[in-house]
Amino acid sequence: MIEIGLSHYLTVAAILFTLGVFGIFLNRKNVIIILMSIELILLSVNINLVAFSVHLTDLVGQIFALLVLAIAAAEAAIGLAVIVVYFRNRGSIAVEDINLMKG
Amino acid sequence: MILQAISFYAFAAITIAAAVMVISARNPVHSVLFLILAFFNAAGLFVLLGAEFIAMILVIVYVGAVAVLFLFVVMMLDINFVELRQGFLQYLPIGALIGLVLLVELVFILGSWVIAPDPASRIALPTPAITETTNTHAIGQVLYTDYIYLFQVAGLVLLVAMIGAIVLTLRSRDGVKRQRISSQVARTREESVEIRDIKTGSGV
Repeated sequence: MIEIGLSHYLTVAAILFTLGVFGIFLNRKNVIIILMSIELILLSVNINLVAFSVHLTDLVGQIFALLVLAIAAAEAAIGLAVIVVYFRNRGSIAVEDINLMKG
Repeated sequence: MILQAISFYAFAAITIAAAVMVISARNPVHSVLFLILAFFNAAGLFVLLGAEFIAMILVIVYVGAVAVLFLFVVMMLDINFVELRQGFLQYLPIGALIGLVLLVELVFILGSWVIAPDPASRIALPTPAITETTNTHAIGQVLYTDYIYLFQVAGLVLLVAMIGAIVLTLRSRDGVKRQRISSQVARTREESVEIRDIKTGSGV
């Protein structure tokens, strides 16, 4: 318990990942919270990458985590822009209202 | 060693508690603030791991940019969030079930995984010892040389995302009077000035 190893970090990342997936299901109506849950999932992935990188003394994991961070920022920007435009057009961001493309 | 354990458990506990509050908070503004707390504590975990560059980037990019973006959007949209929370309890069982299944699967993986024999021979990029150079220096030495293409592609993705976000949210509103400098400059004497011959004493 006192000796903090790789498995401790993996456990934290696993719990965070599960909470992210759980959040997507819990807040089925609110797109903003769903986006935040995705950010949590990406954070847990980053914790995994960095933990393995340090454990295996391989620096590539940290560079990969950096790229994941950049993609997460791009994804958040685009997602929030889509939400803003959608709210402007329809006056709502509820997920079940987004059915214009239903055949 | 005991200090490291205490710090780890504190950071991990606050991160997970903040993540729970993110998905369960009533007010989305509180959700964003708890997301910021989770990111700060995850940065603490990274510092404990010895990856201080990633930790600082996490604070700068996530807290400084992404979370503030979320905050702006949540405050900008005028939404009845109480209405959005209806059905919260309805989705609780299925969400809890799927989360539980996922967690059990992850526990199975955690219980059964083994590291490949002789991992030292498979290392793509050995981390230099902390006595030789710092983490930031080590990353900088390879990021702009061996991984320059990945770095450039990440920059390109960010550029495309920025242009996309601007194009999506840009709109030209009707009924707004703006100065159009180009048409002002393009005026000629012929279309702007007219000379009338007015007879004396008759008025215009």
